Amino acid sequence: METRIIDRKLDVLRDKLLLLGGTTEKAVYLAMRSLTERDSDLARKVIKDDKVINKMEVGIDQMSVEILALQQPAAHDLRFVISVAKITPVLERIADHAANIAEAAIVLNNEPEITPYSELQKMAEVAGEMLQTALDAFTSEDSELSRSVIKRDREIDDAYNRIFDKLIRLMIENPPLTTGAAHLLFVAKHLERIGDYVKDICELNVYLIEAAFIKHKKRI
Amino acid sequence: MGNKITVKNLNFFYGKDQALFDISLNIPEREVMAFVGPSGCGKSTFLRVFNRMNDTIPYARVEGEVKIDGKNIYKAKTDVVELRRKVGMVFQKSNPFPKSIFDNVAYGIRINRMHSSKKDLAVRVERALKNAALWDEVKDRLTTSAFGLSGGQQQRLCIARALAVRPEVILMDEPASALDPIATQKIEELVVELKKDYTIVIVTHNMQQAARISDRTAFFMLGKLIEVNPTEKMFTNPDDKLTEDYITGRFG
Repeated sequence: METRIIDRKLDVLRDKLLLLGGTTEKAVYLAMRSLTERDSDLARKVIKDDKVINKMEVGIDQMSVEILALQQPAAHDLRFVISVAKITPVLERIADHAANIAEAAIVLNNEPEITPYSELQKMAEVAGEMLQTALDAFTSEDSELSRSVIKRDREIDDAYNRIFDKLIRLMIENPPLTTGAAHLLFVAKHLERIGDYVKDICELNVYLIEAAFIKHKKRI
Repeated sequence: MGNKITVKNLNFFYGKDQALFDISLNIPEREVMAFVGPSGCGKSTFLRVFNRMNDTIPYARVEGEVKIDGKNIYKAKTDVVELRRKVGMVFQKSNPFPKSIFDNVAYGIRINRMHSSKKDLAVRVERALKNAALWDEVKDRLTTSAFGLSGGQQQRLCIARALAVRPEVILMDEPASALDPIATQKIEELVVELKKDYTIVIVTHNMQQAARISDRTAFFMLGKLIEVNPTEKMFTNPDDKLTEDYITGRFG
């Protein structure tokens, strides 16, 4: 089968998205590390690098529009471009949350550690794994894998609720720690949002593969 | 809405060569059905089955059943002239008669003796030209030659000529393939407008055109109907791999 002009463009678009995905994954990982290892220089680097991610987003947007306008894709090609165009801003928002975690880390790193970060770290690991699996499922066009990731969002929500309760208790019992606890709560909230965004990516994967819109549906 | 045309197990032969294989398809009333497929896939042959235009080809033979409004049009006592009045046709290349604009549109009305008076004839011609979205452009030069019109106008004149005899089905064989984008857009808008009153079957090589104007699309290959589905489904998630490969240009 001969290669179509659009194939080369779609390959480039896929590479651009995966590069954005990998960079976003790394941003989340490094942001958490800047917190757990109390490394504010690293946190500042994550914040700075967010600009690169924003540029990648614009590049993908431009290319998606170009393909739609000039190649007029249909069927799977069309769903591919639509999915990429919709996954891109989701990844960019995940990276924003990573930058926000890094900002919180800079504040928290100036204070004594008020509580062990192990549970937050575990939550971040689950979120990171989910993001990685979601991107793998996009590449391999695996809708079952995408659905399994969607189901994992509950783990993130449960962890968030546990951390929330714990930090609120800490604030009540030890009011001087309230500011630090509030920042930690924001970190947990950012991770919880990342879980939601990964879910969105997986829903778009399912659209790409099955042409089914499963967003906002009880049964997926 | 019910089916205007129903086709069951249709086979078509040019002498020994079989051009269409066991085609069954329903065409709903007042919808636009697009036929797409590679050159030589049989879509134009199939289109010409509906008004028996293939009868004029020696050794052409039809097997199976083609019903319009529930009546088999291949029955021996079918009035073919009446069939072709009811099932009008517009071709790829506009083919106005070497007559005035008025006489082109009036031609079918006259030979079918559909008008009651000279005034009635004028009313019918005007209505057909208006329905073909051409009236405003030609109303001041109705007596001039049809050849003075642009390609797009000539094609709309042929549509007006088809509409003048009050058909129910309009067959279009690549009606816009020789036109520029503006003239094409006018034809496309016209097709969408006409489906309020007519059942339209259109053969096109232009995938985007099929996507823009049809309600359903049928994909043919090597004389076989591969898939028929609502157009939106066909262009976002076709059932058949062959359809997907064709509409995304994987083979031509």
